[in-house]
Formats: sequence, structure tokens, C-alpha cells
Amino acid sequence: MNKIELRDVVKTYDGKKNILEGISLDVREGEFFILVGPSGCGKSTLLRIIAGLEKISSGALMIDGKIANEMPPKDRNLSMVFQNYALYPHMTVRDNILFGLDVRKVPKAEQKERLAEAAEMLGLTEYLSRKPRELSGGQRQRVALARSVCSHAPICLMDEPLSNLDAKLRGHMRTEIRRIQRQLGLTVIYVTHDQVEAMTMGDRILVLHDGKVQQTGTPLELYNTPANTFVAGFIGSPQMNLAEAELLGDTLVLNHSLAVPLTDAERRNLPEGSHWKIGVRPEQIEFAAPDNRAASTVTLCSTEMMGNETQILFSVGAHTFTARWQGQYLLENGRAIHVQLSPDTFHFFDDETGALLRAALTIKGSDMQSA
Amino acid sequence: MRKAQISITYIILTVAAVLVCFPILFSICLSFSDLNDILQGNYIPSKLDFTNYIHAFQTQPLLRYMINSAITGVLSTTLQITFALLAAYAIVFIPFRGKKIIFLIMMATMMIPGEVLVISNFQTIRAWNLLNTFPGLILPGVASTFGIFLFRQNMMQIPLELKEASTVAGVSDFGFFIRVVAPMVKNTVVTLAIYFFLVSWNSYLWPLLSTTEDTVRTVQIGLRQLKNTEAVSDYGMMAAGAMITSLPTLLLIFFGQKRLQEGMTKGALK
Repeated sequence: MNKIELRDVVKTYDGKKNILEGISLDVREGEFFILVGPSGCGKSTLLRIIAGLEKISSGALMIDGKIANEMPPKDRNLSMVFQNYALYPHMTVRDNILFGLDVRKVPKAEQKERLAEAAEMLGLTEYLSRKPRELSGGQRQRVALARSVCSHAPICLMDEPLSNLDAKLRGHMRTEIRRIQRQLGLTVIYVTHDQVEAMTMGDRILVLHDGKVQQTGTPLELYNTPANTFVAGFIGSPQMNLAEAELLGDTLVLNHSLAVPLTDAERRNLPEGSHWKIGVRPEQIEFAAPDNRAASTVTLCSTEMMGNETQILFSVGAHTFTARWQGQYLLENGRAIHVQLSPDTFHFFDDETGALLRAALTIKGSDMQSA
Repeated sequence: MRKAQISITYIILTVAAVLVCFPILFSICLSFSDLNDILQGNYIPSKLDFTNYIHAFQTQPLLRYMINSAITGVLSTTLQITFALLAAYAIVFIPFRGKKIIFLIMMATMMIPGEVLVISNFQTIRAWNLLNTFPGLILPGVASTFGIFLFRQNMMQIPLELKEASTVAGVSDFGFFIRVVAPMVKNTVVTLAIYFFLVSWNSYLWPLLSTTEDTVRTVQIGLRQLKNTEAVSDYGMMAAGAMITSLPTLLLIFFGQKRLQEGMTKGALK
């Protein structure tokens, strides 16, 4: 069942520029739904519309199948976790967690029960009498989550809840939030600009850019078949390498400078036309032996050594490509290296619109999916 | 800092302190001196003589005046704080059309000197038959633009997310005001309350115009009445009266200061 539905939602503040343009989405019950996009794309506005903190300019919002455009926030039966936690500085952790429950006429005994449950779940039991300023960032985040858990609202909206935490804690809280969501069967709409969070946490992801939906799908759908060059470049780290491609005889020329030889089979698999944009994931660019006929020779710009893997940066015309190789490659900058670019691993996009024409035919690691 | 610099600083501070304290010290001396001594130029009393204080209370019903001032002060302070808090809340947290204009008009009224309004206020109060009553004393001052401004600045420090969080939780505007905003601006409330009380206690012109009877007259008028009662003013008694009337304000500042400093350091820690 669809818990939340949006149909052609438009939001504008001045009547001229649309912050959101014709947004439609369905969030299923118990789903972890991610809204992701660069800053200023309208994702927070979209979340606030669902919360009822912003009015819809046109279109429809449905919660539990009922039109909720004008429904006051308190009747939407949802809780919200804010980026800055929105804790009341003058109240103890206990009062912060219980805030609002008496308005909803939850009996004192049940409040106590819920508090104990939420505090236990988030490991806050010993901090209940403290004030927010006496807590660390991670603990404050937990209090904000506990408040949400305590409300027993079936829908939880989260607006970049982890962006103020350090990297290690963020990784930890990702799993934690996911665990709580599963345990309570919450329907979560989670806003983030971090595609790693989107990929690791979401059941489904909606990519938003300039107020428009770019693509909705599972993390792997977005990764394997990005609908356009924006999604291709946004999802995945390091970024997908994008270049212009031109078919000249038996070779594919990238950015007017690098020729990639085509086999007959590869040639047949090309989409129609002779000019495209192509995208290739860094892990699909392989190290090649110099005598490999399919290898291309490129000049190394720099390397980024991670220990377990090395990121190789080389230039292809005006763009810099990144390749990800397992192992430690200690190579000096400026030397020539051989890489294998296989056109079957390329995504082809329309030259003008950027829409996907053909996804990569082989995806590294995808053969493991069925195993 | 070098020693010379410290010395110079302290010399300047000492001179300034003496200058500031001189009128007070002078009044204290006068209040204990006999009128004859004063007229002969002996300003330093030889002994602690409370005659002037007793005279001051006998000449005018000072105690009654002080009670009147206290009533006026407490009532007007409470009302000013309440209205300023509510108005500031509306300006900061409730969206409505023309908010900016209304706020600007409010702020513009701060540029009008109070004296300009005295005549129209007097006519209003007289027309309402409120002369010689506490409401007549208090009403013209219950709306304080300065208070609204200060609370507005203070409330703008409160993150909007707190309001949104309570909206989502189903807490009403009034609930948010009572449970979140009011406690968070408590320090400003204390500061302003002390300030408003002092202003009310020390006000002279309006009480002089709007009251003629001892039942509502305030202490500053009483102080004024200590003069002119004899051919030669009894300076000692007047000084004693001044001491009596300033004692409550001194106490208020003395105890309030501690509270204020406490509040300020708390705010700084965050």
C-alpha cells in the first residue's frame, strides 16, 4: 500500500520560479525512501511539504490514500528529525523526548513506558536527566531519534540527520537508523545530499535536480542504469567518467583525442547514431598489458593511494578520467600507462538531452548477484 | 601592562568614581546634618542624626507614596513584559501579511519623544475618567516598543527548527510560547523587568499630571513636595527623602545584578 503519494506537486514562492516542478512519487508502507540531490535542488522543500510546514502551490499530496494538501501537520501522524536536531536547550533529555506527547493525550504511564523503550533502544538511559548542551553531537542525534521513536508515528521524516556528525559516527548511525526503521516497521523519508548514505540506506532512491525528478529506483537500478548523465555522475564514488564519443570507422573516439578500438560484436551493440555522451565507471577501466591490442595508451596525471586500492587519474582530452585498481600501484606522474576501455561497459547517453540510450552491458560484480 | 600604565588607569578610574559618587555621598551627608549646620557650610555631620528622616515621613505621607509607586511599578512592569513578549512572538514566529511594515511602524514610534504624547494621553485618560486612578497611571505605558524590539532580537536567536519540531509534534503556538520561547528568553525578561520597574519608579511627569490625590500619588511627586513647604527649604530633610526614595531602586539593582550576571554567563556557555 502506498503510504505517501505525490502527484504533480509544484512549489513556487514568487509565482515565477518553480522550486519544485511536477513531482510525483509513491512511498510504500515500511519503506526506507531516500530523497537525494545536490544542495538547492529542492529536496528539503519537498520533505517540508510532506510534513506540512510548506504549502503546495499545485498538485496533490496523499497520506494513507487521503488528500492531505491542507491537513495541519499535527494530523499527519508523522515525526521529523532535523539536521540540527531541534532539541530544546532548556529541557532535559527526558523532557525533550517526551515533548508533545501530553498534547496528544498519551497517558502518563504509557509515556513512561515509551520513554524507557526509546531510551533503551538508543542507549540513552543514563543521560535522561542531562541537558542537550552536556551531550556530544552523536548523543544529541540519538535524542532526536528517540523523540521520533517515542512519538509512535508510523511515518518518520529525516532531513539530513547525519550531516553534522564526523565520518566514523555517521557510518555507525547509518546502520543504527536502518536497524530502528526495520525493527519498528517505520516508513521513512530521508533527505540527504550524500550519495553514499543514499546507496547504503535506501530501499528506493529518488534523485532530484533543479526541482525535477531525475530518476526513482533501487540503489542498484540507479547505479547500473542511470536514467541520464546527471544521475550517472551523481551516484557512485568516485564519479562515473563522462566524455563525448564519436564513431569514426572502427574506433570510438573519446573527447576527440582517445581512440578506443571496437570489435565487431561491440560495434553491433552500439546504439543508433554516431555522436553520444558516454559514461564509464572507474572500476570498469582495467589495467592492460602493453601488447594487448585493445589497450589504449594514456598519460598518468596523478594517483591516489588508498592502500587496498589505487585511484589512477589520467586525462582524456579536456576531462580527467579516474580508474580504480585493486592493489598498490606506485607509478610516477606523467608516465604513459596502458588501460583497457571496453565499450561494452560504457553507458551511452543522448548527445543533447543526456538521456540514457544504452546501459552498460557488463557490470563488474553483477554476476555475483545471483550467487 | 607596565606599572605606569596600570597606575594611570587606576588614577583615572578613581577620579571618575569620586565624580560619580560625589552627589550621592553629598546627599547622604546632608541627610544626617542639621539645617543650621548646612546653612553655615558644615556639610560633614558630626553624629548620626535621623531627625531629617523622621521629618520627611511626617511632612509627607512618604510610605503611602512608596506603596503607590510599588503597585504602579509591579503592575506596569508585568503588563509591559506580557504585551512585549506576545507581540514579539507574533512578529518572529507567526507569518502574516504586512508583518514587516507593522514592525517598522512600531519601531518608528520609538523616535517620538514621550513628552509629545503627554497632552493627548492626558485628554484620553481624563475622558475615560481615569484621572487619580492606578489604571490611569499605568495604561499609557503598557505597550513598550523597546521591549518588543528587545524580545524580537532575542527570539530571533531561537532556531526556527524548534518551532517546526513542535508544530509537527502537534504543539500549538501558545504551547510553544509557554514551554519553549518564554523559558528561553527568561534572562531578557529579568533584565527588562528590572529596567521597566526602575523607569516606572523614577517617572515624574505623567504621575504629576494624572494624579492629584495622596491615595494614588507616587513617590517622586512626594519627593518634589518636600520642597517649597517652608520659606527656606529644609535641605537635610529633602536629602533624607531622596535617600528613602532611592533605597528600593538601589536594592533592586544590588540583587538584580547578581541574577543578571548569572544569566549572561549561562547564555555565553550555551
